[in-house]
Amino acid sequence: MTNGARDENVTLEALCRGDVRTCARLLTRIERGEEAVIPLLQALYRAGGNGRVIGVTGPPGAGKSSLISCLIGAWRRRGLRVAVLAIDPSSPFTGGAVLGDRLRMVEHGCDDGVFIRSMASRGQLGGLARAAGDALTVLEAMPWDVILVETVGVGQNETDIMRHAAVVVLLQTPLGGDEVQAVKAGIIEIGDVYVVNKSDHPAADRTCRQLREMIARGSRLRPDRDWQPPVIKTQAHLGVGVAELVDAIDGCFAHQNADPEAARRYMSDRARHRIGEILRDRLDRRLRSGDEGWLEGSIEPVVSREKDPYTVVAEMLSRL
Amino acid sequence: MSAGQGKKVIVSMIGLDGHTTGGEIVARILRDAGIEVVYLGCNQTPEMIVRAAIQEDVDLIGISSHASNYGQIVSLVELLKRNGAEDVPVVCGGNVPKHQARLLIEKGVAAVFPPGSGADSIIRFVLGNARGATAGLCVNGEGIA
Ligand SMILES: Nc1nc2c(ncn2[C@@H]2O[C@H](COP(=O)(O)OP(=O)(O)O)[C@@H](O)[C@H]2O)c(=O)[nH]1
Ligand SMILES: [Mg+2]
Repeated sequence: MTNGARDENVTLEALCRGDVRTCARLLTRIERGEEAVIPLLQALYRAGGNGRVIGVTGPPGAGKSSLISCLIGAWRRRGLRVAVLAIDPSSPFTGGAVLGDRLRMVEHGCDDGVFIRSMASRGQLGGLARAAGDALTVLEAMPWDVILVETVGVGQNETDIMRHAAVVVLLQTPLGGDEVQAVKAGIIEIGDVYVVNKSDHPAADRTCRQLREMIARGSRLRPDRDWQPPVIKTQAHLGVGVAELVDAIDGCFAHQNADPEAARRYMSDRARHRIGEILRDRLDRRLRSGDEGWLEGSIEPVVSREKDPYTVVAEMLSRL
Repeated sequence: MSAGQGKKVIVSMIGLDGHTTGGEIVARILRDAGIEVVYLGCNQTPEMIVRAAIQEDVDLIGISSHASNYGQIVSLVELLKRNGAEDVPVVCGGNVPKHQARLLIEKGVAAVFPPGSGADSIIRFVLGNARGATAGLCVNGEGIA
């Protein structure tokens, strides 16, 4: 066995045991896009698949992190071990970020059964989708029963991450005017469970009604899904409605388990998504690497207009 | 992209210190220098900060202190050491009296920034002294007190 392979085995064992420090270090290397971790990720993927991945998304300030803190509490009381991957946007100007999710989860700060990791989106170039997918590969190979992923439901990058989740909780608030925020963001259809948080606000019932109408309309567009997404009112800062939300999430999982066909569909959708994500990332890196050896022979005919770039790309794809 | 690219730090208050303004300003200064800041807010114990530092794999911890809870800052440094995370430097900002600042430096705090410290000097220190997350490198900083 080579040294590298031995190190990999040690790391793999540590992760399967639930070693938090090893996990934290590996997540940093993933965020940096280190190629050297790929063999480890390959082994982790094959070893993994533990834990339920639950996505929580919605506009900034809607109360996602506060609600996640409540959910952690509920699952901890059942003895489940919980990991959280909280993704916040980076500043597009400086690349810096203030990651303020952990702040809402203080009460779990000393619990060995909880792991919280903040991740900055690092814009397009950092390959957020690939990094988040890799991070989930790590967490799913570890002994966590529930893995929560928080993203701001705005950009395509952030909502794409929700495709890793078996159940997506879409948070809305009664604030922000007449239109439901998720409609504006074009992500209304991704929820399995809808939450109207900040329901202490007087417009909460109206927002619930609008959501229910939208869901009723949307479900006709998606006959493949016979799950009727519930709409739940919560007040995350007080824990109001959390029990109902936990029940709804359980219900959604139970529904999936009762229908093996649907469960398989989710798994193959996710696998397909993951393959695409990695493929795009590999291609992106190749194109940005400055090493154009692999384009050898393709460039000249395009320069001389003997061939068009579409033909060249079609030829490349057929060789794939 | 800026010099801070890839650096990650914690900014936190410690103990019963409800003064958040300074910490928030520093968090934003660091963000604008391209640094990723895990902001923990108030009511954090040394144990919580150490756990956060390990889980988040940060390169430096910044404590904003306006409540004379210097003992807890020292506990934080000791707890980091006991958890094998002494390569994560702790810096402190706020209205810390000079003799206290000297004591903190003696106890292993990497730097103390008094009120009115320029953004540039804070950024420069953080970038120069933050641990290289995988290299485990730490250049010991000068106390600015
Ligand atoms: N009034 C009210 N405030 C809430 C509620 N839930 C969360 N908040 C507050 O909303 C702010 C943003 O919450 P946070 O969980 O960080 O939102 P996120 O950005 O979606 O993760 C915090 O100040 C919370 O205390 C709620 O149900 N009602
Ligand atoms: Mg949040």
